[in-house]
This record gives sequence, C-alpha cells and structure tokens, in this order.
Amino acid sequence: MQSRRQRLSAESVTLSYDQRVIARDLSVEIPDNSFTVIVGPNACGKSTLLRALSRMLKPTQGQVLLDGQAIHTMPAKKVAKTLGLLPQSSIAPDGITVADLVARGRYPHQGLLRQWSPEDERIVQESMAATGVGELGERYVDELSGGQRQRVWIAMALAQQTPLLLLDEPTTFLDIQHQIDVLDLCAELHETQGRTLVAVLHDLNHAARYATHLIAVRDGEIVAEGPPSEVVTAELVERVFGLRCQVIADPETATPLVVPAAREARAKAGAARMPAS
Amino acid sequence: MTATQPSPAPEAPARRPAPSTRTVKAVRTAGGLSLRIEPRAALSALLLLAVILAVSVVLIGSGDFPIAPADVVATLLGNGTAAQEFVVQHLRMPRVLVAILVGAALGISGAVFQSVSRNPLGSPDVIGFGQGATVGALTVIVLFQGSAADVAGGAAVGGLVTGAAIYLLAWKRGVHGFRLVLIGIGVAAILTAVIHYLLTMAKLEDATRAVVWMTGSLDGRDWAEFRPLLNVCAVLIPLVLALGRPLRMLEMGDDAAYALGVRVERTRIVLMASAVVLVSVAAAAAGPITFVALSAPQLARRLTRSPGPGLGASALMGAALLLVADWTASNAFGERELPVGVVTGVVGGVYLLWLLVTERKAGRI
Repeated sequence: MQSRRQRLSAESVTLSYDQRVIARDLSVEIPDNSFTVIVGPNACGKSTLLRALSRMLKPTQGQVLLDGQAIHTMPAKKVAKTLGLLPQSSIAPDGITVADLVARGRYPHQGLLRQWSPEDERIVQESMAATGVGELGERYVDELSGGQRQRVWIAMALAQQTPLLLLDEPTTFLDIQHQIDVLDLCAELHETQGRTLVAVLHDLNHAARYATHLIAVRDGEIVAEGPPSEVVTAELVERVFGLRCQVIADPETATPLVVPAAREARAKAGAARMPAS
Repeated sequence: MTATQPSPAPEAPARRPAPSTRTVKAVRTAGGLSLRIEPRAALSALLLLAVILAVSVVLIGSGDFPIAPADVVATLLGNGTAAQEFVVQHLRMPRVLVAILVGAALGISGAVFQSVSRNPLGSPDVIGFGQGATVGALTVIVLFQGSAADVAGGAAVGGLVTGAAIYLLAWKRGVHGFRLVLIGIGVAAILTAVIHYLLTMAKLEDATRAVVWMTGSLDGRDWAEFRPLLNVCAVLIPLVLALGRPLRMLEMGDDAAYALGVRVERTRIVLMASAVVLVSVAAAAAGPITFVALSAPQLARRLTRSPGPGLGASALMGAALLLVADWTASNAFGERELPVGVVTGVVGGVYLLWLLVTERKAGRI
C-alpha cells in the first residue's frame, strides 16, 4: 500500500482485557501528518485500539510499532517524547493552577537535575497561547468551565511536544459549542503545526467533517478506512452502526453528513428484515 | 522535534509570546542544570526547620536537670560543662533525634500514601500499617517475652507483612486509591481484633508492657534506637524525595502519568514499599504514634499552598509536630509526664473528625 512505513502502526495485534478478547489479529497504520479519527459503535474496541497505540494496553499478540521499534520495548520517556496522549479522564490535583498543570507536560523532557529549562518555560507559554488559555495561567483548574478545562489538558499534551498526539474522546461531556471549539483546535494544531493527530470520536458527523483519514471499527475489526468522502456511505453506516440513513453533502463544508432515516422508515425496514434474521 | 510556532491566535492580537509572569521559578547553573523552586514552599521549609531547631533546643534543655537554651547551644558546640555534656549527649540528644527521624519518616510516608491513594484518609495509621506493626510487637511481647530489640524487630516485620498483604489485596491491574483505603480500613479492623486477642492472652506484666508500647513513647530512647532508624532514613528518605516528580504525575491518574512517560506501577511499588519500611522502623523505634502521618501532609500542604502533599515539607512538618507533641506531653500536664502517643492520639482524633466532616462536605466520601 504505502511505499514507506508510517511512524505509528499496529501489526496483527490481539487485544484483550484479562481473558476477554476485544480484537483479534488487527493491523492498522496511522498515516503521517493526518488527522485520523476512529469511529464505531459503543464497545466496538475503538478506545481499546487507541490504548494499544499509546502503549497503555499491551497486546497479547503482535506488536505496536513506533518509528520501526516495538513500542513496549522502548524506554517510557523516549516514547513520551514522540507520542502524546490525552486520556479520557484525568484528575486535576486539588488547588493546581493552569500554568502548573500545563508545565507538567514537560515531564518527559526533564530530569532530576534538569527540572526547568528556559525552553520548558517558552514551550509552556506557547502551548497555553496556542490553546487560548494564555490568560488563565494563574487561575485554578477546578474553577474553569468544562470547555476551558479540556483546553488546558490539551495544552498540557501540547507542551509534551510530540509529533504524534492521541486523543481519547476529547469531546465527551462537553456541550456542542465546546465540542466544536475543541475540534477546531485539533484541526488548527493539525494544519499549522503539522502534528499527526489520532482521535476517538463518538459523533460520526464531527468525524466526517474534521478527519482527513477515517477508521471505522466494528466488533474489533476495521470495516473501512480512508478519507471521509470515500468512506462515509449509507451502506457503511448501516454495516458499522446498524442504522439506516441517508448521506448527504454537509451544506457548510460539503463533507458527508449522516441523516438517520425517519422512525417509520426504519421500523418498516426492520419488519421486512425480521423473518430473514 | 517539530519546531512549534507560537501559532498566532486570531482573536488576541495583544498577546505577547512571552508574558512577564513566569509560570515556574527555577534556579539554573551554567552547565544547563536547573531546579524548580516554589518560593512559598521553600520559605515554609525554612520556617519548619527553624521550628525544629528551636523546639529541639528547648526539649534538650528541659527535664529534671534544666539547662538554659544558650547553654544547650554552647554544649552542642562543645563548650558545656561535663555534667551538661553528659546529660545532653547521653540522655536527651538521642531522644530528640529519634523524635525528629520518627516524625519525618511518618510525615513523608503519610504523604506518599495520601498521594498514591489520592485521599487524605489514605495514611498509614488509618489503613492498617500501624496496627500491623502493633501486632508484630505484641506477638513478640506476649508470646515470646522478647527484648526491646526483638520487639522493635517484630514491629518492623509486622508493618512490612501488613503492607505486602494490603498491596496484594488491593491489586487489580494496578493499585487504585479508594480500593486501597477501603481494603486498608478492613485490614486495620481485623488486626485490631488480633491485638485485643493477644492482650487477653497476655500475663499481667506482659500486658502492661504491651499497652505502654502501644501508646507510643519516646521515653528513654538512646543511641541504640537511633542508629538503625538513621540508617534506614538516610537511604529511603532521599529515594522517596527523588521519586517526588513522578509521584506528582501519578496524581493526575495512571493514564496521564503513562502518557508522560512515568513507569507507573514500578514507581508506585517502590514508593509504597519505601513508605511501609519507613512507617515500620518508626513504629519499631517509638511505637505506633498516630496522627502524625495523617495530619503532617495536609498541614504541610496548607502551609505551602502547593497542589498535592509535598514530600519534603511533609517530612519537616512531621518532625516539627512530633517534637511539639513531645514537649507538650512532657510539660503541659504539670508533674505528670505523659507518653507522646497520648497527645498525638487526642489531637489526631479531633483532626480525623474534622477531616471526615470536610471530606464529606466536599463529596469525596
């Protein structure tokens, strides 16, 4: 497919929690410099895949490769300088300020005797400016709104200065305006800084609008991947999500827009299908 | 690395690339080394050191043979009379030094456990290590009528075994805060029953000795108690302090710490094991002194106003607290000298109630 191997890929990995297998013999490559979005129904294994790519879940078989090396054999700090992750839930310590939290993103670049270089200072300032929280430095994280807080966490991940950044459902728990806000920020980071972004998103329409590369997952298998304009079709949505729908052009961006079929139409189709299944 | 441009955000033309307020203060050397400094934390540390020194001088000077503070300082510098020299060197110095190390060990291990469990209740005396050390010591006293050194050894072993047991019970793909606290409280309850059982089996003189040990006391501590304590503290306190930075990352959750390159489980197990050993040797030296491990990290945190329990400040706070408690126990009740454990127990009970009420209000328990 590609002539050159991409920086981050999974090679026929089997992923399981304890004894429960989530995905078997899964292979995927994350195109360099893409904004890749992983979509799929609940419990399809998309977050599990992201955890494996970020080395938090060790595959029981196969391996995840980062720059040609098995990620689980690499030193933790070395990985953390290349690959960042915004986890689904992080805890802001009580009484921490925004600047302090963002500064923690510099951890992999520091050591016991190199705790705070001028470069650390500059990058933290830049990361806060890039995410629009530059004015909030002295504020406490617990007094911010949900949207602001998510920007602060993203700023922390940016301060890590990794060419690859993984985001696990970055828009969950945010209202629509803040969801768009965070996605705009991701798109901007992707475009202006040339970082490779991989996000798990719930909303297929958001994914179709923002992704440059889409990966659709169902039951631990990759059903389709490619640019949203090629991947998002009515057949695919039905196959992956089990939802009858139309796919039309988004009036704003001309990207695919999924419009679920009306309830009556779906009920009819369901009844027609019933005897067969 | 990718060279990040400070992407010019369209909505804020007034934003300067480097605002005058620095986010973090640090001292730097020419060779590229740098240390983070939090001014308020550094000031608090100096203040606590001053308190420790002052109370130590007062404590060394007070007793049946009072010595004025100026004479204490003179004696410590080698200019005292022979009598003063004897009293200070052989009777009172070791006791004060034991108090400082026990307090520091309790304070820092309390900070480790509260940080790992992300819960101010997750301190060693609430989650069973104190009780474990007590079971160990009482076993030696009641069943074997062992010597003081044997009792200390029993306490250390009891604390360590309890630590290992709680770790294994709480381990399920990593140790998590609330589970650690709940299992610890359960283990503490079981061990308390074992303590009572041992007491009912004891002969009267052994029972008396056991109860005195259980109260926690610094009476008659000499260089024999000090040296093993010093050896352990000299190794483990710097080790724990060196792991303070990854520990701070762990406070944000395992995933966030992983993402930043912290070896989560290894860091946690080294820190917890060190903290258990420190609590155990503290108990071996002075009995299960309550309240210090619970309160020192929280008091230190309020003094330094830094997020999360600071390790160094907690150690200093623990030492200062235990010294003040010891002075109170010896002097505040007239002729009658109380074991220090009574004072820390009473104050600690009140503090625990306050903590439970505020935690409940904050919706954390």
